[in-house]
Amino acid sequence: MSDLPKNDELFSKLDHRPSGGGDWMDTPIDIRPGMYCYTANPKSMETLSAPNARKWNPMEEDWLLPDNWQEIIHEGLKDRLERFRSLKIFMDICVRCGACSDKCHYFIGTGDPKNMPVLRAELLRSVYRNDFTTAGKIFGRVAGARPMTLEVLKEWWYYFFQCSECRRCSIFCPYGIDTAEITILGRELLNLLGLNIDWIATPVSNCYQTGNHLGIQPHAFKDMLEFFVEDIEDITGVNVMPNFNKKGADILFITPSGDVFADPGTYTCMGYLMLFHFLKEKYGLDVTWSTYASEGGNFGFFTSHETMKRLNAKMYAEAKRLGVKWIIGGECGHMWRVIHQYMDTMNGPADHLEAPVNPITGTKFENAASTKMVHIAEFTADLIKHGKLDLDPSRNDNLRLTFHDSCNPSRGMGLLEEPRYVIRNVAKHFYDMPANTIRENTFCCGSGSGLNAGEDMELRMAGGLPRANAVKHMNQKYDVNMLACVCAIDRAALPDLMSYWDTGADVIGVHELVGNALILPGEKERETDLRGEDLPGREEEADE
Amino acid sequence: MRLEKLIAKHKKQILNQWFEVLTGTYPSDTARFLKANPDSFTNPVGGTARRSMETLLEALIKNAPPEELTPLLDPLIRIRAVQTMFTPSQATAFILDLKSILHTNLANKINDPQDRLEMQAIEKRIDRLLLIAFDIFVRCREKIYHLKATEEQSKIYRAFARAGLVRENIDDQPETGTSK
Repeated sequence: MSDLPKNDELFSKLDHRPSGGGDWMDTPIDIRPGMYCYTANPKSMETLSAPNARKWNPMEEDWLLPDNWQEIIHEGLKDRLERFRSLKIFMDICVRCGACSDKCHYFIGTGDPKNMPVLRAELLRSVYRNDFTTAGKIFGRVAGARPMTLEVLKEWWYYFFQCSECRRCSIFCPYGIDTAEITILGRELLNLLGLNIDWIATPVSNCYQTGNHLGIQPHAFKDMLEFFVEDIEDITGVNVMPNFNKKGADILFITPSGDVFADPGTYTCMGYLMLFHFLKEKYGLDVTWSTYASEGGNFGFFTSHETMKRLNAKMYAEAKRLGVKWIIGGECGHMWRVIHQYMDTMNGPADHLEAPVNPITGTKFENAASTKMVHIAEFTADLIKHGKLDLDPSRNDNLRLTFHDSCNPSRGMGLLEEPRYVIRNVAKHFYDMPANTIRENTFCCGSGSGLNAGEDMELRMAGGLPRANAVKHMNQKYDVNMLACVCAIDRAALPDLMSYWDTGADVIGVHELVGNALILPGEKERETDLRGEDLPGREEEADE
Repeated sequence: MRLEKLIAKHKKQILNQWFEVLTGTYPSDTARFLKANPDSFTNPVGGTARRSMETLLEALIKNAPPEELTPLLDPLIRIRAVQTMFTPSQATAFILDLKSILHTNLANKINDPQDRLEMQAIEKRIDRLLLIAFDIFVRCREKIYHLKATEEQSKIYRAFARAGLVRENIDDQPETGTSK
């Protein structure tokens, strides 16, 4: 009883007005549950030889940092300013015009001004000015500089893990500052002190040891795919058993492991299996899966450049070992940013592979000529364009679709038309969301860049509000009941988002739609879709 | 009735002041954005708030029952329930502020006892609206906890269970039900 507050104490604290604004430098950090992810498991950190592996709690005062942590940050920043010219430029050229300030979904949803991209960058920039610019050294705060303190470090950690590196802000910056790059390097600096989150560190550790985020061993990976094969045989009467680790196959297929292990991505995975079987039967195309390069995603990207490189290397290594001609990549988000913008210079050139040409259509995939890796949406769009697939779009008649442009394929590689082209050819009812919420302007799912955990659900729901709001509008205006996407994180994150915001829409991968519509050679008359639900027009027969 | 008509007549002014109070609960940079951007797709908080508040005021005037008020208030409270900068009371207090806004706008027009009675009746409706907000807020928080609790199971566990890679059959799981 003695712990209970007295009445007058209670009333003195009752204030229905939150504390007001003031200068951002004077606004103290307020770390709140629901807005951050649990900290990295020390065991996972040790696997990666990451520094300062220990258990720590962001809600406690002492973060168990090394004594010379300020020196480590200073030297780390100095080193990166020298190595990454982009960072130096991004630190110097911002004029604080504010064009980016209201473009971040986390700012829009949470209402926290420190989630304005300009302010989030300013958290790092203020320390840069203090440590590395003459004006900052002389004029201090007047020049927007401040010394690195524990408070500042905590602010970095809290807000650099409230950015999904989606780059929506970057397209509005008149100077072309890529704030995602600032977050990326901010997180890299935090990692020097062992300040990572577990939703990133453990998948990275698993990926490093067993090849995928969940740490699933090769035999279990094969078991899952074989289970899908059985399911597909029940639905279609056709056995679509794929090749595993086949040397001398034409193409290696790599997809995020979320497609193999997490609903509803698993249905997308069934779509891939059916497509490759169709191509083998009709055109003799030989595609193989690898149980070792069993992860397309790369959470190393959210840790450091070096970690990203380490995890990415297995793709080329496996392609070389198997002696394939080139690689097709599945529906994924950040995987494509890594492939399109980093892989070639990080682990390339992959001279042991051929510049990708679709042997069925003769199409040269020019944009992949160097990386040797083609996005499956582009590959399938090319097949459809040349009339190479047998499709029955009426099997998707019960779906009224819209399409969520995933941040990385849209802004990171310009994949805008291909998924839409595929959807329009495998389903009849498709409606695009309002223009300022799609394509290059697309709003993030709110859970990218390793933030798709359970404990930060409030952050994810607030950050996903602009996306969910647009979907809800489509539901009210066009009865849209399904949100298509080409990203495994989306498929994992968006169902929760759709549910919380009550949008009336479920989530589907584009190749699940393809799998439903694709007519396999020798298939029986289908009664259900890949989810085991009655096909449109079949419901009454099933009831009888 | 007379008072209800007066409110309808001053609706625009009352709504503007009410919206101002709501945006005033946010830090000043955020408040500026919420007020300045009229596009409900790039400013869903501001857009939802304006829509909710306008329809709620109309519903209050015509003494709509709770089942009509709930869907109008839900979208706005749903947002405030995940904006962790607010305590539950801070998230919902803007509803009570409508009382003082009505007083400020109508004080010199309330002359006879009948007007005062009408005002009391409207204030009672606002109190009831606050109770509805309390219900919605708690429901949203429960939904968040439900999502947190079932996150892993509903995705990865289900996929493994379907494949027979875990011992328990997913069909044997107790029905947890879902809250909206």
